[in-house]
Amino acid sequence: MQPTDVGNPDYYHKVVDCQWGCPAHTNVPEYIRLIANGRYTDSFWLNRSSNVFPGILGRTCDRPCEPACRRTRVDGKPVAICRLKRVAADLRDPTDNRLPEIPVVKNGKRIALVGCGPASLTVCNDLMPLGYECTIFEALPRSGGLMRTNIPAFRLPWEVLDEEIDMILDMGVEVHYNTRIESMEELLEEGYDAIFVGTGAPKGKELNIPGRQEAADNIHIGIEWLEAVHFGHVDAIGERVLVIGVGNTAMDCCRTSKRLGGTDIKVMARKSRPYFKASPWELEDAEEELVEIVENYSPKRFVLEDGRLVGMEFELVSWHKDEESGRLKATVHDTEFLPCDDVILAIGQDNAFPWIERDIGIEFNHWDMPEVDRTTFMTTREGIFVGGDAAWGPENIIWAVEHGHQAAISIHNYCQGLSLTDDRPPQDHNLISAKMGMHEWAYSNDYNPSPRQKMKHVELVRRFEELSIEVEMGFDPEQTAHEVERCLNCDIQTHFEAKLCIECDACIDICPVHCLTITVNGDEEDLRTRLMAPAENLTQDLMVSEGLPQTGRVMVKDEDLCVHCGLCAERCPTAAWDMRKFELMIPYAGQEAACPTHV
Amino acid sequence: MTYIAKPAVRHPGLGANDLGLHMRDYEGTISTLCAGCGHDSVTAAIIQAFYELSIPPHRIAKMSGIGCSAKTPAYFVNEAHGFNGVHGRMPALATGANAANKDLYYIGISGDGDSLSIGLGQFCHAIRRNVNMLYVLENNGVYGLTKGQFSASADVGSRSKRGVPNKSEPIDPVALALTLGATFVARGFSGDKQQLLPLLKAGLMHKGFAFLDVISPCVTFNDHVGSTKSYLYTRHHGHELVPVDFVPIRSEISASYEKGSRTSITMHDGSMVRFRKVPEDYDPTDRLSAYEHYRSLQNRGEVVTGLLYLDPGGEDMHDDNATTATPLAEMAYEDLCPGSEQMDALMEEFR
Repeated sequence: MQPTDVGNPDYYHKVVDCQWGCPAHTNVPEYIRLIANGRYTDSFWLNRSSNVFPGILGRTCDRPCEPACRRTRVDGKPVAICRLKRVAADLRDPTDNRLPEIPVVKNGKRIALVGCGPASLTVCNDLMPLGYECTIFEALPRSGGLMRTNIPAFRLPWEVLDEEIDMILDMGVEVHYNTRIESMEELLEEGYDAIFVGTGAPKGKELNIPGRQEAADNIHIGIEWLEAVHFGHVDAIGERVLVIGVGNTAMDCCRTSKRLGGTDIKVMARKSRPYFKASPWELEDAEEELVEIVENYSPKRFVLEDGRLVGMEFELVSWHKDEESGRLKATVHDTEFLPCDDVILAIGQDNAFPWIERDIGIEFNHWDMPEVDRTTFMTTREGIFVGGDAAWGPENIIWAVEHGHQAAISIHNYCQGLSLTDDRPPQDHNLISAKMGMHEWAYSNDYNPSPRQKMKHVELVRRFEELSIEVEMGFDPEQTAHEVERCLNCDIQTHFEAKLCIECDACIDICPVHCLTITVNGDEEDLRTRLMAPAENLTQDLMVSEGLPQTGRVMVKDEDLCVHCGLCAERCPTAAWDMRKFELMIPYAGQEAACPTHV
Repeated sequence: MTYIAKPAVRHPGLGANDLGLHMRDYEGTISTLCAGCGHDSVTAAIIQAFYELSIPPHRIAKMSGIGCSAKTPAYFVNEAHGFNGVHGRMPALATGANAANKDLYYIGISGDGDSLSIGLGQFCHAIRRNVNMLYVLENNGVYGLTKGQFSASADVGSRSKRGVPNKSEPIDPVALALTLGATFVARGFSGDKQQLLPLLKAGLMHKGFAFLDVISPCVTFNDHVGSTKSYLYTRHHGHELVPVDFVPIRSEISASYEKGSRTSITMHDGSMVRFRKVPEDYDPTDRLSAYEHYRSLQNRGEVVTGLLYLDPGGEDMHDDNATTATPLAEMAYEDLCPGSEQMDALMEEFR
């Protein structure tokens, strides 16, 4: 193999699995260390520099970081990254305001944003400090988009939403509530310098099976129903509720039903558990509230009596892989009738752009979605950008935030006459030795065997009393102290200088997980079989050194299970190994890549 | 040395041996030697050898005297028996322990000071008695614990860290072991585990006195330019005379060896030592041939490594002395000490 180029920011970035997995590349290990040091406010602001909504995401994030977490591969359970984020947000000093100053004299560029969800808000967050005038048009009377209307208050309290959204709106963003944009053409005529579409995916999917129209009164579309609950238009539901679909919206629907009078609530899944779309922790939370999750029931028809919904008929199915197409195919074994009073459909969401004229230069693809560039977020019409769920269908909040950051860079470049592609500021990185003394490091390098801390919940009886009682209580100080130490500090990199190595094997002998080998070089496939421990996880890179001075062999490190204990560096007599803190420098609109100024 | 203990995690991809133990179960406490010490590499190879041979930890006895090397038994197989004795007296301890319980695997760890200065007489007599043990001499040419004075194994002309050359003739433990009649004589290098591991395994399974000299550089006091025991010098002047593989009993014989270029020697328990490459005019089972070969290469300035001499005859101190089949340690008290009546009867015979 060629020697690994650790000068490329991507190499060490990829070792920080959580940061690499996070769409917004939040510096997770650093903010966890800040929490460990009691520096909650610093931790909050570090978070906010990349993910904008730490308090909101600390409760509701889809957590792409957690399945990626190295700790999962070491002891089976990831660090509770998301819940630690909430600790920082909850315990920060609210009087310590580190928001950038907003210029009084504007730069003369006006930006229109459609929809007041996380994507649009992030664009404003990045552009307001540069002197842009941002105007948001929101169809509903409140800000936040689906963050507010689709996530029930028992998961995300209003105060948290308001606090973090207001940080952005208070920068001087003009918001027009109750203003649904009905025509892109008309909006264009108003002469904005750029338009950002962040309208989300607001259309719940339909289930067109017999009886749908006739029983419409008792069949609700999940996201619309949650929105109606949010605005107080709906405050009750029948005792027996069937929720169709098993994604995260379904989990919110069944748990909300439980609080509006539902007693017998079933979530009906067409497939079995490994195929469920809902996050495992959301499934657990629903089951804790005694919601029944029924597998392999495929909806067949709605059953009515005297013009009223009395239940649904399901086909009982089993699944097998079709040899030819490789797809799953269903075999029907039986049918079953389940009585119910109400049905909630939560089987997915679509985007809808009835308000964008098809003849104004925005190309639509064959799914009737606007053609959006994956890097610049611009449509085929210059000056019109799309981000969040509106761009390529439903994702999650953290993706919307990252879309917002990227779109803001594009909008800024566009308004300043720079290239949207060639003039995009590149990422950079810092690498600083973490050595403080003979056996002292600037991080807690010892491995802590604590198990993952369990989130405490409000008692079952109490939580149903009111819709807005937050179920999760947050980590207590003791739990936090344990959980922060579970982090393996993957950003403290094992950095190797081949020319210093005397091949004494000290590092290889001390490594607790046998991830180092000195051997004769070969191609990757061959090297992976010749290491101290088998390197079978192909998603994790091998770091290969230059030829070593004494024998010409190479040092190979399998990144997979390194616990970043730093023992290789401590046992190295020549300091060929060093532990170095990697800091990814992320560029934002109008700024070169820089380390967040959190300290 | 290190302040934190080695984290208690292991690679899930590494399996267990025949006893269901993992390699990490054969570790000891964390080393307090200098970072980069050759001895730590020898320790790691010993851990791997015991693990791969599936030797139960409680059947191992670790013996040592004084010195950097003598500290190392603390760093492997925590669950084993051990005795850390007086300077240079490890061979006597091992002989005594072996006399009492011949069923354990004895490994003695010594250094050039412990074996070639204060303990030279002890070393020689352990060879003479053919004690069934593996005697590992971690050889670095200096007294590390007392800050780097030349030891008895330092070569003439080798320079100290201050630049002063050594003028005294060295005592060569390999030549000594060959002439005194050791039944297994080998030399390894701590910087080459591929070679060291089979030597350790073969030495552990050999019945009789197995001597293994390991060039184990002192990274603090003897790893500089001008030293003849540094990593670099050993790598440049090392000459692997007889590379070997150790084939444990019951394992299938792999076909990957080149035909005609090897000699196999079966050990007393049925396991096998394969010499991968033996020069034409050399027979590793002939003591005189081994000695001549060793000396001629040594005169050319080469550091000869490999399994230089092996007598697979399979006899040891217990055979020579016709001791009991049951180890003394496992005999009932009545059998060990038949009582004063029997003693009186015996004494009567000599009156």
